[in-house]
Amino acid sequence: MSDPLFSKKHLKLLTDPLNSSNPITVQVLGICSALAVTAQLKPAVVMALSVMAVLAFANVIISLLRNTIPNRIRIIVQLVVIAALVILVDQVLKAYVYDVSKQLSVFVGLIITNCILMGRLEAFALGNRPWPSFLDGIGNGAGYSVILIIVGFFRELFGSGTLWGFRIIPESWYITHGGFYANNGMMILPPMALIVIGIIIWVQRMRNRKLIEE
Amino acid sequence: MENLFNIFVKSIFIENMVFAYFLGMCSFLAVSKSVKTATGLGVAVIFVLGITVPVDYLLENYVLKEGALAWLNPSFASVDLSFLSFIMFIAVIASMVQLVEMIVEKFAPVLYNQLGIFLPLIAVNCAILGGSLFMQQKEFLNIAEATTYGVGSGIGWFLAIIGVAAIREKLQYSNVPAPLRGLGITFIVTGLMGLAFMGFMGIKL
Repeated sequence: MSDPLFSKKHLKLLTDPLNSSNPITVQVLGICSALAVTAQLKPAVVMALSVMAVLAFANVIISLLRNTIPNRIRIIVQLVVIAALVILVDQVLKAYVYDVSKQLSVFVGLIITNCILMGRLEAFALGNRPWPSFLDGIGNGAGYSVILIIVGFFRELFGSGTLWGFRIIPESWYITHGGFYANNGMMILPPMALIVIGIIIWVQRMRNRKLIEE
Repeated sequence: MENLFNIFVKSIFIENMVFAYFLGMCSFLAVSKSVKTATGLGVAVIFVLGITVPVDYLLENYVLKEGALAWLNPSFASVDLSFLSFIMFIAVIASMVQLVEMIVEKFAPVLYNQLGIFLPLIAVNCAILGGSLFMQQKEFLNIAEATTYGVGSGIGWFLAIIGVAAIREKLQYSNVPAPLRGLGITFIVTGLMGLAFMGFMGIKL
């Protein structure tokens, strides 16, 4: 490879997805899971890490195979690689963080159908060398994680008054304990995740005017 | 017959793929810019769901389920292959999508160019895998029910994408704050439509 390992071009692959080409808010990939797992912070973080791992290694594998895959059957090859990696991640989660894995069970399987994976494989790994593909995977995984963590933070804080399972808003504030506060039950419902992401996009584009659509 | 009708109505309105389960959002948000492309993708989804759900139903009941292999040989009655269902379902879906892609490319090249990357993405449209997994969960009695469910959920998805695409076309004439234009307002519109569709959950069939 002609470039050094961490040349400017390669670092750009890592940092761009955090803001100006964020997978969720700009490329519109991987929305379904962002809606489904963000009612609480902990599953959101575990989910984000799993997606990052699967994405990075799927990118590397497809990038290594890119010259040998016939164009007509590439979707099936990609899905087999992703499904195998997802089964690996599932087994690792079951072995080391069994309680979280039980909480996440359905969603870990749904990584297979997370469009970030197919989107990045199609758009990047099929045309690039393994090392840039790896960095692209880590970068996009990180961009996905940032949004998941922000949405999970607000939904858990306002929906249940806790963060990472710990109580933040004191019990004595609640109406049931003679206080003035009540949880916003709507935050737990999936439509609110959509609206929270909409507001994140709004804020991001206010700060980064280049992203504004006509 | 009445049963089939119930499943049909239920899968379109009460258990709408987009508004009740939020499945298939990625392609939904990206392709709902105009009613015309939305119609194309919606029809493709109805078609793929209508084929994959019954095929996966047969696979589930004659290959994967515990004791399903008994028709081959009574000694297989204790074999349980259900741990394979994920990868089998996804294989069926991927090959069906590739088939649809080839057909569309051959007979409707304009539509093919418009759909772009989102046609291969139907394979990872969670609505499709979701349809098969819900079918597995609901344990339908026969293949007619499974087919009705598949087509019904496809039509539900189709209605949702047409509705949002129509709203987005009208939105072009309204004065949305600049940073919210495009994607941002679509998220919020979909969220509001989702809240409205939650009203259907009260209907009992």
